[in-house]
Amino acid sequence: MLQLPRAMLDQVLAHARRDHPDECCGVIAGRDGVPTRLFAMTNAERSPTGFVFDPAEWLRVYREIDDADEEFLVVYHSHTMTEAYPSRTDITWSRETEFGHWLLVSTRAADDEVRSYVISDGVVSEEEVRVT
Amino acid sequence: MAIEVRIPTILRTYTGGEKAVQGSGSTLTALLDDLDTRHSGLRGRLVTESGSLHRFVNVYVNDEDVRFLGGLDTQLSDGDSVTVLPAVAGGAR
Repeated sequence: MLQLPRAMLDQVLAHARRDHPDECCGVIAGRDGVPTRLFAMTNAERSPTGFVFDPAEWLRVYREIDDADEEFLVVYHSHTMTEAYPSRTDITWSRETEFGHWLLVSTRAADDEVRSYVISDGVVSEEEVRVT
Repeated sequence: MAIEVRIPTILRTYTGGEKAVQGSGSTLTALLDDLDTRHSGLRGRLVTESGSLHRFVNVYVNDEDVRFLGGLDTQLSDGDSVTVLPAVAGGAR
């Protein structure tokens, strides 16, 4: 289960709508599984079908989180034409990252679709998003 | 010569949990060769079998992405700071 404060969820959704039709991406840091801070990242690809964290920005954000001994709790991104489910690309990249949760938003329809996953060794498990 | 290399959490299994290690070398390739003698396997996570920088990692020299410097041929000097991070990417395609 992913616990997410309403204000943070709203930030994610607003970011996804703002960057549409390109994919958005970002990080939520946490402490003991509880979200602390959200970093809206720049999608260096500026693409409707993929995202890459801007390397210079990621270095700054990584240091800020690591130096504060916070966790890399959530990586979020949007899919703009498909459902909010991890793609093969997402699963490949999940093996190389430190994030506990993959939060996906689909902006393909007017209504927001938000779902969260734990991806462990390439195996996708959907989990509840509990808005607090 | 001493160069500090900062290692991300996901690769600290190769450094006995250390956040940073010291190495030496006049290029990034030489530095990674040196590190691999003490932290076996680390180089293989950063460099592909064909000898290019792995797309799953970002490497920075003094906070500059080496993809904009000389890649693995980037020149290093005593006192330089190298940072390794997991690259983060994904998407629908």
